[in-house]
Amino acid sequence: MDTGNNTAKESEKQMSTIMKAEHISYSYPGDEEDRPVEALRDVSFSVEEGEFVAILGHNGCGKSTLAKILCMILQPGEGKLYIDGEDMTRDDITEEDINKGRRKVGMVFQNPDNQLVATIVEEDVAFGPENLGLAPEKIRRRVDWALETVGMTKYARHATHRLSGGQKQRVAIAGAIAMRRKCIIFDESTAMLDPHGRKEVMDTISRLNREEGITVIHITHYMNEATMADRVLVMQGGGIIMEGKPTEVFSRAQELWDAGLDVPQTTELLWYVRQAGYDVALDIFDPAACAAEIARVLKGTAHGRDNT
Amino acid sequence: MKADIAFGQYYEGNSFLHRLDPRWKILFVIFYIVIIFLAKNIFSFALLILSAIFLTLISRIPLRTILRGLRPLVFIIFFTAIINIFWLKGDTVLVDWWIIHIYLEGLINALLIVVRVVILVAGTSILLTYTTTPIALTDGLERLLSPLAKIHLPVHEFSMMMTIALRFIPTLVEETEKIMNAQKARGADFSTGSLVRRAKALIPILIPLFISAFRRAEELATAMECRCYTGGKGRTRMNILHSSWRDVAALLALCALCAGVVLLNIFAPGYALAL
Ligand SMILES: Nc1ncnc2c1ncn2[C@@H]1O[C@H](COP(=O)(O)OP(=O)(O)O)[C@@H](O)[C@H]1O
Ligand SMILES: [Mg+2]
Repeated sequence: MDTGNNTAKESEKQMSTIMKAEHISYSYPGDEEDRPVEALRDVSFSVEEGEFVAILGHNGCGKSTLAKILCMILQPGEGKLYIDGEDMTRDDITEEDINKGRRKVGMVFQNPDNQLVATIVEEDVAFGPENLGLAPEKIRRRVDWALETVGMTKYARHATHRLSGGQKQRVAIAGAIAMRRKCIIFDESTAMLDPHGRKEVMDTISRLNREEGITVIHITHYMNEATMADRVLVMQGGGIIMEGKPTEVFSRAQELWDAGLDVPQTTELLWYVRQAGYDVALDIFDPAACAAEIARVLKGTAHGRDNT
Repeated sequence: MKADIAFGQYYEGNSFLHRLDPRWKILFVIFYIVIIFLAKNIFSFALLILSAIFLTLISRIPLRTILRGLRPLVFIIFFTAIINIFWLKGDTVLVDWWIIHIYLEGLINALLIVVRVVILVAGTSILLTYTTTPIALTDGLERLLSPLAKIHLPVHEFSMMMTIALRFIPTLVEETEKIMNAQKARGADFSTGSLVRRAKALIPILIPLFISAFRRAEELATAMECRCYTGGKGRTRMNILHSSWRDVAALLALCALCAGVVLLNIFAPGYALAL
């Protein structure tokens, strides 16, 4: 029986699906008279280990609710959630099992001020490992590694509230990876930052994904951040309406606009160029490449047109 | 620059005092306060003054910083001195004019009391607040009190509360300033008018502040849950506190000081404190 269980786990590991959601629905219980608020309706998707997934969607479409379910902060009303092959929605699940799941999946929130617990940077990063009951030397090693990975070693003894927004978020990221997590969910972690801080955090996220092999689920409003992902999920009204590579998803510009979303500026520009009758590709996200594409079609047609 | 609660009065350094174990330091301060109140005559007070000078020197904190810390006390010091000079009666009259009678005993008594207050404040802040961060203090206190957890006192919860308070006070102060500026920009006036009027003007500040504080608390609780926080049980700490030879040396020095003060009280005759 024991061995059977093990082989089952092995085979799931080989598929290496870190996260799998099946037909998840969730409603917030409303106030006494109110009806419950439906936030998620029949959401299914899966995330492979090492993947970088972006989730896009208009305000109130249920992104944060989904993130909280994936982190096991909320229990889905219906549907199944598997973390690393383990069913987190079974009836007999214990507090301990849930905590085990939380060791694998972490979350970085939107407001950098409301997720740091300690006054000193390294003590905040140590908070998670301390909760796991690790030996002091082990915690120290993990904290040093985590701070190094997000490039905040220099600030280890600084006060957290004195840091810039981007630095605070990097400390929060260090706190999340210090628990040696396989997957980290970023719930609009760049939304409150200035452009500089946003770049700082995005660089850190993509480095974690590339170099440390950490699975990233990045919820964002910024389309150019979504273009960095391997896969994009688009949500609307509590469900997933589109899924695919960034190039595929953003090529469907009209549908995105209908869902109340933007497309990357390059795509938008190319879309208008196409509306004007030129045959350009839409799936170009690099400004220079975009300019080259427009130059290409303009040059190609320059001979046939009068110069106005 | 704004006062920074995270470091309180902490003066960055690496002196003998900075490196004492915070658990011991808390006990040392209590001991030192007891010694200060044991001193009874001018000779034991002289010894106390020497000890305070010694503390200042080994802390390597500039005298100016320490004196600045005493500034809020000027009024209290002045007041107690006046009361003692004019109200205390003795044998040796110094001034006897109209209704003013000043005795030598009153003058000395005033002096000793002023010395006591100054050493009390300066000594404890050098020993504790100037050389220990609030975080280390909280930590030391939690571990000192940890035996009380066995009788189900919420020691861990108390210390977590302190930690979070230290972490969030600067954030809330900053937010208060922001809201006040926003209200000022809309013509709110916090500095003129009657007390009632001014209190009323604070309402538009307190309400948004409270609402945001509750939202912060909720988000922080979620974030802590995400980081596997389940209370104090099974939790370890990264930094372990170590006692060292320094703590032993400091303890011996304090014992010697205590013995000195007591002996001087008994054997050296001199002007004794009346209060
Ligand atoms: N705590 C809550 N109680 C009741 N309704 C909520 C709560 N949180 C979110 N909602 C509702 O659930 C829906 C989805 O919210 P959310 O997941 O926060 O969206 P998003 O993160 O995409 O902006 C919204 O309609 C919102 O009003
Ligand atoms: Mg949200």
